[in-house]
Amino acid sequence: MNRNLRWRILLTLAVMAVALSLVLPSVPGIKNTMLGKILPDSAINLGLDLKGGIHLTLGVDVDKAIENNMANMGQDVKASAREDDLAVLKPTSLPGTRLEAVLVGSAKQEAFEKLLGKQFPNLRIDGKETLPEDRVKYVLSMTPQYKKELAKLTIDQAVKTIRNRIDQFGVAEPDIRRQEGNRIQVQLPGLSDPERAIAVIGKTAHLEFKIVDDTVDPEAIKQGLLGPGRELSVMMQRGPNNTTRDLPIVLKKEAVMSGEHITDARATIEQNNNQFSVSLTFNARGAKIFERVTEENLKKRLAIVLDGKCYSAPVIQDKISGGKAQITGSFTQEEARDLAIVLRAGALPAPVNILEQRTVGPTLGQESIDAGMMATGIAAIAIILFMAIYYSTAGIIADIVLLLNIVLTMAGLAAFGATLTLPGIAGIILTIAMAVDANVLIYERIREELRKGVKPLEAVDKGYGKATLTILDSNTTNVIVAIILYQFGTGPIRGFAVTLVLGIIMSMFTAIFVSRIMFDLYMSKRKADAPVSI
Amino acid sequence: MSFSFIKHETNIDFIGLRKLAFILSAAMILIGAVSLVMKGGPRYGIDFAGGVILQTKFSAPTDIEKVKKVLESSNVPGLVVQQMGKAKDNEFLVRTSTTDDSSANIHKTVAKALDEGFSDNKYEFKRIEMVGPKVGEDLRGKAMEAMYFAILIIAIYISGRFEHRWMAAGLMAAGLFAGITALQYFHAPQVWLVLGALIITLGLCFVLRLNYALGAIVALIHDVLITVGLFSIMDKEFDLTIIAALLTLIGFSLNDTIIVYDRIRETRGLKTGETLPVIINKSVNQTLSRTILTSGLAFLAVFSLFLFGGAVIHDFALAMLIGIVVGTYSSIYVAAPIIISLAPPEIETPAAPVAPRGKTKLKAKTA
Repeated sequence: MNRNLRWRILLTLAVMAVALSLVLPSVPGIKNTMLGKILPDSAINLGLDLKGGIHLTLGVDVDKAIENNMANMGQDVKASAREDDLAVLKPTSLPGTRLEAVLVGSAKQEAFEKLLGKQFPNLRIDGKETLPEDRVKYVLSMTPQYKKELAKLTIDQAVKTIRNRIDQFGVAEPDIRRQEGNRIQVQLPGLSDPERAIAVIGKTAHLEFKIVDDTVDPEAIKQGLLGPGRELSVMMQRGPNNTTRDLPIVLKKEAVMSGEHITDARATIEQNNNQFSVSLTFNARGAKIFERVTEENLKKRLAIVLDGKCYSAPVIQDKISGGKAQITGSFTQEEARDLAIVLRAGALPAPVNILEQRTVGPTLGQESIDAGMMATGIAAIAIILFMAIYYSTAGIIADIVLLLNIVLTMAGLAAFGATLTLPGIAGIILTIAMAVDANVLIYERIREELRKGVKPLEAVDKGYGKATLTILDSNTTNVIVAIILYQFGTGPIRGFAVTLVLGIIMSMFTAIFVSRIMFDLYMSKRKADAPVSI
Repeated sequence: MSFSFIKHETNIDFIGLRKLAFILSAAMILIGAVSLVMKGGPRYGIDFAGGVILQTKFSAPTDIEKVKKVLESSNVPGLVVQQMGKAKDNEFLVRTSTTDDSSANIHKTVAKALDEGFSDNKYEFKRIEMVGPKVGEDLRGKAMEAMYFAILIIAIYISGRFEHRWMAAGLMAAGLFAGITALQYFHAPQVWLVLGALIITLGLCFVLRLNYALGAIVALIHDVLITVGLFSIMDKEFDLTIIAALLTLIGFSLNDTIIVYDRIRETRGLKTGETLPVIINKSVNQTLSRTILTSGLAFLAVFSLFLFGGAVIHDFALAMLIGIVVGTYSSIYVAAPIIISLAPPEIETPAAPVAPRGKTKLKAKTA
């Protein structure tokens, strides 16, 4: 054995040792043994399609958030103007996120514009128009830069809120990330009840307290005659046997308080009827507001409105101080718990829509793993048998390096923290074929050289030499395709691209480098004039 | 002990068969195209068209007719129910289309109908997939983009690699880029971008006399067209995994083409004084065993995936199987012979130019 060969064997063994230490932790049953404690912590991640879970793409309605912000700014403009002794009438939103405001007293234009420039740098004046009665109508809009900033803030806030809710919901290893086009991608592995999770994530949870107007006559409600500053809402009432019905209820449009002051929300059980409700705790500012509101509206009904729907509207019996309130609405335990989570985590800055949902149940995930293993195993056995029969000794060498290739590919997955998906298993099956393809190219070349009458040692040399370039070449095209797939593919397809690239790279090492070592060993043991078993 | 399926020195006249092969290929492409036209384009799965898929498993036996009947009453749009696996699995694929951006409600509607219709038979949704129309549109765009980049990069790679003329390859890349930028400037739809990229690639290969690259690309297009056509005939759906399969088979089909082309170049370098058709025929025959072996092994592996890999990956495996067969055929009967058809006779017949490869090509260009 020459020194060169010894060096190559040592390198191979070192690579194999590293690979095994990376792969073994993923083998069930090894993790908890003594061996598992020494080995690195590098289990192969399974994709959602294999371990089950939910993949969601959420679209954040940024336009809505901008619209809301614009409406708030209108109120702010009015308030600021009042402080400067300027009268601004009914700031109203116009389509295309514009704002209309009417200034009383055309002589005060300069002062008003100065105020806008100073306190509202994000607004610009799109146009103004002199109205009768000495009034001036202004059309204001947001600067594009501010709009962009606002959109970014909205999404960031949405991501934060969703992460917060999921953390409280209790999901191991969630993956939440921003995507282009105002989208958020959420991946929740291993959830048994996708419906509930989606409801918790997707709920805007915009909580408002509004005063009920009981003076409006039911007939007027039917005709839609509500009076100024009133709005129609529905209150869900739960009857016996889980039936529900919606009752119309008239509210004063302006909310007296919103959910931003909530510091805590808990599901609680009511002693008298064993029903669940959600108790709220406000911060100091919220407590003060709540105290004032309840004091001013004694004996009136206070509606608790969540996302436009009234949950309960108890009569205010007394001034409530101490910053605590309760939402009763005959909830089930789960409903109360989930509602508490979303209230605790805060409202989403804008409504979100579910644009894409892919849920794989745990049974299908396990079935896919089993089917994938089965297909891989049978493919490997068929190829191993074929190679052994077709190329005898050389075929067995190809088989051994094929097994090395599979181990190395798995080790690569573990080392890079890549995710194994069902298409990824298909990728492994394909690389099994490609890894032996490399050996086929080499062996066919050796056979050809032998037929030409070339001496065995030289034929092996030529076979490896000439076929290597071809193998490199043909693998390059596969790597190009895999990289493109990775770039444009979604989760499962990316898994395919990753195993394909890893498998190809590992096959260069095993099929060319390692199989050559074994071939050299075989050739050195062989009697000088014996035929090559290929 | 070892043996081989293929005789050591086959001498099949592939070049003589090329007219027949071209007719066969044209017929296959035509049949596929007719099917595509008659069915109004490829049948998009929910990845591209948007929609909802519910893989539903019942615990007690039921039949597809009952499932259909129960669901038809719920008025979900575009309802399709398919049996999955064997009859004893009691598993069905419920598919609906969607008109809404957020069709999260469809599966609740389906669940409600099933609850009522199968009150005595428990069921579970093993898989829920919902793709809104907007996401579907995006995914379609992404798939097209992937196809376009695959053509671009592979065209550049093989023209550079096969011809050893990276200058020409660079020129082609620049031309392709300019053409596509122009198309994008006019806001051409993505399908036109891909078609444009193809036409520009083929045209530039022809003008720059990149015959090997041209042959390889024609073979690739041939493979993809036939696979897509067969999928249409079999009424299979196109989704993301099928696009992945198409791209993968492009890579696979190229492998075999590269083996044959490398041999042609090697033989030409020997300067035996033989004509190009003879050299090509010889090269294809010499590499026949390895072409068939490598493809056969790939087929064997993917066939195992097709049989045992489960329903989710079934169509992916099918596309790969078709692609491997068609790709092997095209490497032998299309990619190699097409070089003769493309080459003007005055350049290619006396295949004994003495100068090194790169220079020969330059001469050919000026001729």
